Amino acid sequence: MSDLERTAAGKNAAPRDAGLIYRHRVSTRIWHWTNAVVLLVMLMSGLMIFNAHPRLYWGEYGANPDSPWLQIGSTADRGLLRIGNLTIETTGVLGLWEDPNGRAQHRAFPYWATIPSTYNLALSRRWHLTFAWLFAGGIAIYAIWSLFNGHARRDLAPRAAELRPRHILEEIKHHATLNLPKGEAARRYNILQKLAYIGVLVVLIPLMILTGLTMSPAMDAAWPWLLDVFGGRQSARSVHFIVAFLLVLFFLVHIVMVILAGPINELRSMITGRYRLPKEKR
Amino acid sequence: MQKKLLTRRNFLSSVAVGGSATVLAGCDALSNSPTFRQFLDSGEWLSYRVQRFFGASALAPEYTEAEMSPDFRTNGNTRARSPEWNRHAAEGFANYRLEVGGLVETPLSLSLTEIRAMPSRTQITRHDCVEGWSAIGKWTGVPLSAVLDQARLRDNARFIVFHCADDFGGTSYYESIDLVDAFHPQTILAYDMNDGVLPIGHGAPLRLRVERHLGYKHAKFVMRVEAVEHMSDIGSGRGGYWEDRINYDWYAGI
Repeated sequence: MSDLERTAAGKNAAPRDAGLIYRHRVSTRIWHWTNAVVLLVMLMSGLMIFNAHPRLYWGEYGANPDSPWLQIGSTADRGLLRIGNLTIETTGVLGLWEDPNGRAQHRAFPYWATIPSTYNLALSRRWHLTFAWLFAGGIAIYAIWSLFNGHARRDLAPRAAELRPRHILEEIKHHATLNLPKGEAARRYNILQKLAYIGVLVVLIPLMILTGLTMSPAMDAAWPWLLDVFGGRQSARSVHFIVAFLLVLFFLVHIVMVILAGPINELRSMITGRYRLPKEKR
Repeated sequence: MQKKLLTRRNFLSSVAVGGSATVLAGCDALSNSPTFRQFLDSGEWLSYRVQRFFGASALAPEYTEAEMSPDFRTNGNTRARSPEWNRHAAEGFANYRLEVGGLVETPLSLSLTEIRAMPSRTQITRHDCVEGWSAIGKWTGVPLSAVLDQARLRDNARFIVFHCADDFGGTSYYESIDLVDAFHPQTILAYDMNDGVLPIGHGAPLRLRVERHLGYKHAKFVMRVEAVEHMSDIGSGRGGYWEDRINYDWYAGI
């Protein structure tokens, strides 16, 4: 037990409620909320940066004379999203939308999704590239701390038994039928949760950081292997964009699961650390 | 049931819109706060220091002819308006001279013939625009270090400024780089592009290639090179036209 846990436990030496457990350490909680803010800023400032050239390419180069695999554009009266040969009308949301003053704007992402809310590449880059340092610092401290305090091994690493296909299938069945873990089983992350968190921590976030670095011309000079890994700067820019949307997808699933599992209880556990184990069905 | 669903959806969407509006208003307000702006500007300083620490002398990747963009688009100004430059352009730049001055022992005035007689470097590199696109092209020019060695920098020179013939709304374009970039082997004043004479759209007769930086650092239509001690002596003090005008990062390695 860490000092913090002891202190926290001391406060409730005689817990009135045996169902209330200490679930999230302060390091996890601080990192969680820092990330919530930092990732939202990174996403929204990133969308503004994307607005400066709303086209994505594969390979090393890619500019207006070349063919993009994804493009957000507009005609006089329609907003359009083009992916490969597919064209989707997105008027009102992407490509063509109304700003708060009721004026039509021919830009990719709308004002409510970008930082700043008006077109400003210089400022969005400052938000994005400064918060990138906060993000990097946060994940570095969290990673070292999680390895050091056992969080990674104890809470995140899947056990052999959990990785059996039969177990994973059962968990999927439970989740699909909204039969979420109760009682003692809710004390720990279940295997789907673990895999989702590991996927984000070990796959998506490293991909995000590395593709971000690949877009820096000075980094490409210092670490030319970045270009080999991603197949060029424009490919890295495409992967950066795709992974950003996978992170948004993770966020949406995360929010749905929090709501299904009991939003007040879940929110409290991420603020105070204390979590009430859901009662088992009698 | 239908009604209830709609109500809930309306409620949720107004919460979402309201929340987003609060975040946006907050972020826009923060962007205008001088203290927060200082914080936002700190990322540039950090990136500059860290990238200099880890790879001050690293070479930008160079490509093969097969990897070049079939069509290298132009951007920024595609010609200059100054009468002096237009006179030179009409004469095929036969009487153009590059002035090199400021904190140097020997100010220079070099014709294109003299510049072409100096050591040269050819490189196929990737041009990355701050907007996000990239194009690969072949550049030939004189290494800036050769020009600066000939002019001999004074000890207090810390930045090299490029004064250009093009302008935006009457304000001449200019850019500046530090001495690490100025003496980097791939930093050249290019007079040829893709095996031909540098086209006007790409900044004839001379444009800076400072690989490892975003496109706006690559000053076109260069007329004068000046060595200075402080960026504050030039323009509004941020080290470049776009830096002064809309606060682009002076350090554009990222």
